[in-house]
Amino acid sequence: MKKRGLLTVATLACAASLILSGAGNAQQVMKIGAVAPKTGPLGGGAAVTHWPNVQLWVQQVNARGGLKLKSGQVKIEIIEYDDQTSPGETIKAVERLATQDKADFILQPYSTGLNLAAAPTYAKYDYPQVATTAISDQIPALAQRYPGLFFVLGDTTSYARSVADILKKMRDEGKLGTKVAMVNVADAFGIELANAARPIFKERGFELVYDRSYPLGTQDLAPVVKAAKAANPDAFVAWSYPIDTFILTEQAKIEGLNVKAFYVAVASAFPAFAEKFGKSAEGILGAGGINHDAAETQAYVKAHREITGKAPDNWASIVTYAGFQILEQAIEAVGTKDRKAVTEYIRNNAFNTAMGPIKFEKQNNEKFWTVGQWQNGVFYGVASTGRPGAKPIVAKPSW
Amino acid sequence: MDVLIIGLLLGGIYALMAMGLQLQYGVARIMNLANGEILVAAALSTFWFYTALHVSPFLALLAIVPAAFGLNWAIYRYLMLPLVRRARSQGHLEVDSILATFGLSFISVGVLLAVFGGHYLNYSYLAVPFRIFGENYGLNRVAAFLGASAICAGLYVWLVRTRPGLTLRAIAVNPQAAGLVGIDVVKVSAFGFALGGAVTATGGALLSMFLTFDASIGVIFTLKALVIVILGGVSDVRGAIAASFILGLTETLVATFVDPGLTIAAAYVLFLAILLLRPQGLFGRRPA
Repeated sequence: MKKRGLLTVATLACAASLILSGAGNAQQVMKIGAVAPKTGPLGGGAAVTHWPNVQLWVQQVNARGGLKLKSGQVKIEIIEYDDQTSPGETIKAVERLATQDKADFILQPYSTGLNLAAAPTYAKYDYPQVATTAISDQIPALAQRYPGLFFVLGDTTSYARSVADILKKMRDEGKLGTKVAMVNVADAFGIELANAARPIFKERGFELVYDRSYPLGTQDLAPVVKAAKAANPDAFVAWSYPIDTFILTEQAKIEGLNVKAFYVAVASAFPAFAEKFGKSAEGILGAGGINHDAAETQAYVKAHREITGKAPDNWASIVTYAGFQILEQAIEAVGTKDRKAVTEYIRNNAFNTAMGPIKFEKQNNEKFWTVGQWQNGVFYGVASTGRPGAKPIVAKPSW
Repeated sequence: MDVLIIGLLLGGIYALMAMGLQLQYGVARIMNLANGEILVAAALSTFWFYTALHVSPFLALLAIVPAAFGLNWAIYRYLMLPLVRRARSQGHLEVDSILATFGLSFISVGVLLAVFGGHYLNYSYLAVPFRIFGENYGLNRVAAFLGASAICAGLYVWLVRTRPGLTLRAIAVNPQAAGLVGIDVVKVSAFGFALGGAVTATGGALLSMFLTFDASIGVIFTLKALVIVILGGVSDVRGAIAASFILGLTETLVATFVDPGLTIAAAYVLFLAILLLRPQGLFGRRPA
């Protein structure tokens, strides 16, 4: 009898310790969701800018033992979903992460459209959302509506204004005339930028000698480049998406469209751009830019290359990573999985990130890079809204 | 003049996208919604040949075309044939094959993603000006146009002048009757399907010289090809060729003289007009 009692006690103790250790194990992971396109129209962009940073960040945090909470260090368990570039799928994935996977935090989605589409769902479950690939002119209104939504990449008008300012500076230095040819992709991104740019160019004394849009997914832009060339511009500005950025640049080279300033918006900052165009990329301007001379940026680029085997892009890659760092630093500072407290911390504190210090003003990071330029094979930031380290602009040589 | 040439070059590009689908549908009666993925697979393979092995896209065709032929033959033989065998009617087969190939397209995207990654892939080849009547055109686009023309001419002569071509056409006209006169319908259909896949793959390899691809971009090409095939009439390869050039010229004329923003609108107006006036397509036959 006594023996049996002992056995029971031992069994119970064993079971209890199992349960306890099980609970202990559960506490030792931080479930973090990641939802972004792996397929669909933006799959190519996310494969450069978003997913490698998820891999890099998770690996780095886990390599140093995990996130430091008050209860001890916890490793990150990442749960990834492909939203197929469809806003409905992004929302579904966030819902699923919140209710079924019980994710403690969810990394921000990719692109302006998908970030804005998912914002109500992040807000519904109190997840902080540090949007790093969204640009918008509606930031104040959106920030007010979603208290956990933060913007790091900047506002649309600043991107247009920076381009106009660069052209004006070149004109003042006698490197450029007043004639600008402008084209844009006919979707929300291109239209918003072209609309923002039109009055600013006029105000700076430029004449738009060609101003047309083309549909998304156009495979032949020869008529557009020919017409732009016929207007004899001094500068060429395209508010373009990755695939048309590549087509426009190749066509301009073939056509011999020689301008002193050649700007193509998205994907000009991608390593693939330099790989495709080689020396012809020299002097080409594009959206983004990073400070290659800053030590924290160099460390980031090096780690990205080592861990993912690829170079980051020169615009939103580092911003995306900075967004993860902000979340990481806020979680560690709060020391728990309390999402509201983490959001509150992000709102009120400054962060040291790979792209330099970030402090949100009304949920918006006001200091970001706007224009970069290929110079000797490197895409340097040449204009920003308050980041140090901008390189002087050079006139584009002939193709 | 330059507008005409740009339009013709674009027409050649469209022909490369559409001819394979037309062959597959015209002969094997399979509306292959995974057609775009075959094109992308060929384009990405060409990219790999060029960047990793330094093999020119034209030489890469020597490996890609037979591979695509074999792959498509296998798809027909093992995935489509059971559908063909159990189909009670033409309509039944069409619905089944559309659903099956739709599923196949998702699987293909997954495989491409796993093999090539999700990145944008492109390279620079023959991206130099080529002068025709004093105007510059991309040499790679001219080369793709020549490739398209060669395939068009070759297919046409083969279909019209040779006996195997004749059997292919016989099946396109009436598979039951073709069987009655001693044509092995399954074998020739499989051949037609495989040939269509090989033509699509050639298109992908040539287009990769100047277009940017990623693993999931295939659906764009499938859609364009679908429009062209329906425009041209589903049962005649001449229809797809003519429709490609009409579309290319229309889009270029609109882009140059009206507004580049309206090219897609113009393409669909043309599509609608044809559907209203000639529902069977340009070269289609009225159903008896």
